[in-house]
Amino acid sequence: MSILIYAEHDNNHLKSETHKLVTAATQLGDDIHILVAGSDCAAVAEQAASIAGVKRVMLADSPAYAHQLAENTADLLLDIAEGYTHILAAATTTGKNFMPRVAALLDVVQLSDIIGIESADTFVRPIYAGNAIATVQSSDAVKVITVRASAFDAAQEGNSVSVETLDTVIENTQVTFESDEMTKSDRPELTAADIVISGGRGMQDGEHFAMLERIADQLGAAVGASRAAVDAGFVPNDMQVGQTGKIVAPQLYIAVGISGAIQHLAGMKDSKVIVAINKDPEAPIFQVADYGLVADLFDALPEIESALGS
Amino acid sequence: MKILVPVKRVIDYNVKVRVKSDQSDVDLTNAKMAMNPFCEIAVEEAVRLKEKGIATEIVAVSIGPKACQEQIRNAMALGADRGIHVECETFPESLQVAKILARLVEQESPGLVIIGKQAIDSDNNQTGQMLAALTKMPQATFASAVEVEGDSLKVTREIDGGLQTLKLSMPAVVSTDLRLNEPRYAKLPDIMKAKRKPLAVMSTDELGVDITPRVTTLKVTPPPARSAGVKVETVAELMTKLRDEAKVIS
Ligand SMILES: Cc1cc2nc3c(=O)[nH]c(=O)nc-3n(C[C@H](O)[C@H](O)[C@H](O)COP(=O)(O)OP(=O)(O)OC[C@H]3O[C@@H](n4cnc5c(N)ncnc54)[C@H](O)[C@@H]3O)c2cc1C
Ligand SMILES: Nc1ncnc2c1ncn2[C@@H]1O[C@H](COP(=O)(O)O)[C@@H](O)[C@H]1O
Repeated sequence: MSILIYAEHDNNHLKSETHKLVTAATQLGDDIHILVAGSDCAAVAEQAASIAGVKRVMLADSPAYAHQLAENTADLLLDIAEGYTHILAAATTTGKNFMPRVAALLDVVQLSDIIGIESADTFVRPIYAGNAIATVQSSDAVKVITVRASAFDAAQEGNSVSVETLDTVIENTQVTFESDEMTKSDRPELTAADIVISGGRGMQDGEHFAMLERIADQLGAAVGASRAAVDAGFVPNDMQVGQTGKIVAPQLYIAVGISGAIQHLAGMKDSKVIVAINKDPEAPIFQVADYGLVADLFDALPEIESALGS
Repeated sequence: MKILVPVKRVIDYNVKVRVKSDQSDVDLTNAKMAMNPFCEIAVEEAVRLKEKGIATEIVAVSIGPKACQEQIRNAMALGADRGIHVECETFPESLQVAKILARLVEQESPGLVIIGKQAIDSDNNQTGQMLAALTKMPQATFASAVEVEGDSLKVTREIDGGLQTLKLSMPAVVSTDLRLNEPRYAKLPDIMKAKRKPLAVMSTDELGVDITPRVTTLKVTPPPARSAGVKVETVAELMTKLRDEAKVIS
């Protein structure tokens, strides 16, 4: 088994998804290689080279990969795909964007969002918004896989393999990057945080999210949201937790003013401990909550804040 | 400009699916079926481009059993001009769907394919990207805004850190995210009119695509159940439980 992992990063930092993918890869074999593609990202490759269990790190460093666009990122992977039995990327918006292209061009099916590995050809993945779990076996020669990072523990650091530079640069001739609008926050990232506190439509407006942010800062938590809160314009889209947003599995998830629609549950029900605060005792979120507090959030949140402060 | 919109028949998003007791699959007997929500958004976007005078014709495509024609009729009631049903007994895998769509792109030469980002049954999120790769069209996935500017396309995408705007040449493939638009409801007269719109039926053989599955489902199980929790009466009690019982805060 020879496994290629596409590193998740922002040109400065290697994301914890990559460490988790290494853990997934060790369940397949021990010939584990990592590709870092980006621009001015040599530091990321060094970080990748320090993950225990990694045999080889390749660096494709060019302005052509600055935004990791799908077309040339996929072509870059295809360029080096020969010989690998498994190609893995995180099921993030980057991985979901280019990996199906790699699969199609290799004429294989993509196994999306896997949460478990049974053997080299058999994988476990949620379907129907996580209301069913399928065990699937692929007969394709190469397995192209996106991995739900939250389902695997992070591999340790403590390694130093040398970084090889790839010289071929593949330009993207079809798509140009215009601009981006990234959400800035000093809080931990949603998918990496140990504690997540999320608000829903019950928060009423964007300003009230400050109540969650203050608690998040006391707990070192990330702040998330339901789709309803994002659609209503309370908070940016990248805060959405759920089937079609981010999948989180923190130690503690606190759902505030969220009803618990199946699409929201799909994104957080693997959290270790779930707390729900909702004024409706019948809200479905209470069915998955370890601790449910039936209360008006505008009373409960200030109380939590002062309890944590003391 | 012609727009091709693939629409998938799936279980209604409000229905909580159950697993069959023999673990062979989920049980869809008598389940309410509907158009995949992301495909509804795709149809809506195409219709808006037609209303703006940018698109001239909208073709809705669905691949699967006979009943998929319901979703094609639904797309036509919402504003698609004609439909193509590629009939097969079961739903093909995403790669095969992409290959079928690639053949239709060859035949129809659309300026744009607007496709759902994800089917809510398989949760695969791959068909659009595969179609783009197979047809060598540029792609913009997870779109929350689409603007046609002459013969190029400006698309805002929802990505993990925020939003990203790309410029693409056309023809292109765009996949829809939830916030692209809010789909309209079909009106009764339009539902009646849709019954008379043309709907072509084809087979996968005619299109030359082999739909033998590559992935076998060994079993389908319910997700691990969470053990029932407790209700706490006060914030103070909650904090004590979190500190002393669950030990998740210090
Ligand atoms: C294809 C598809 C994909 C989707 N993907 C996602 C997804 O990824 N993530 C997601 O979250 N949703 C998703 N949804 C939407 C989902 O179906 C729900 O509509 C959404 O999760 C509801 O958000 P909410 O719980 O904030 O709002 P509501 O359902 O309106 O619930 C608000 C809750 O707040 C409570 N409340 C109100 N005021 C107070 C107060 N003062 N104090 C305490 N409690 C209060 C109410 O009792 C209620 O339970 C998707 C839907 C579709 C169709
Ligand atoms: N059988 C099908 N018929 C028509 N369109 C499909 C079919 N399967 C997938 N699609 C399209 O591809 C999108 C993404 O599906 P998937 O990649 O399977 O999650 C869907 O939203 C549809 O627009």
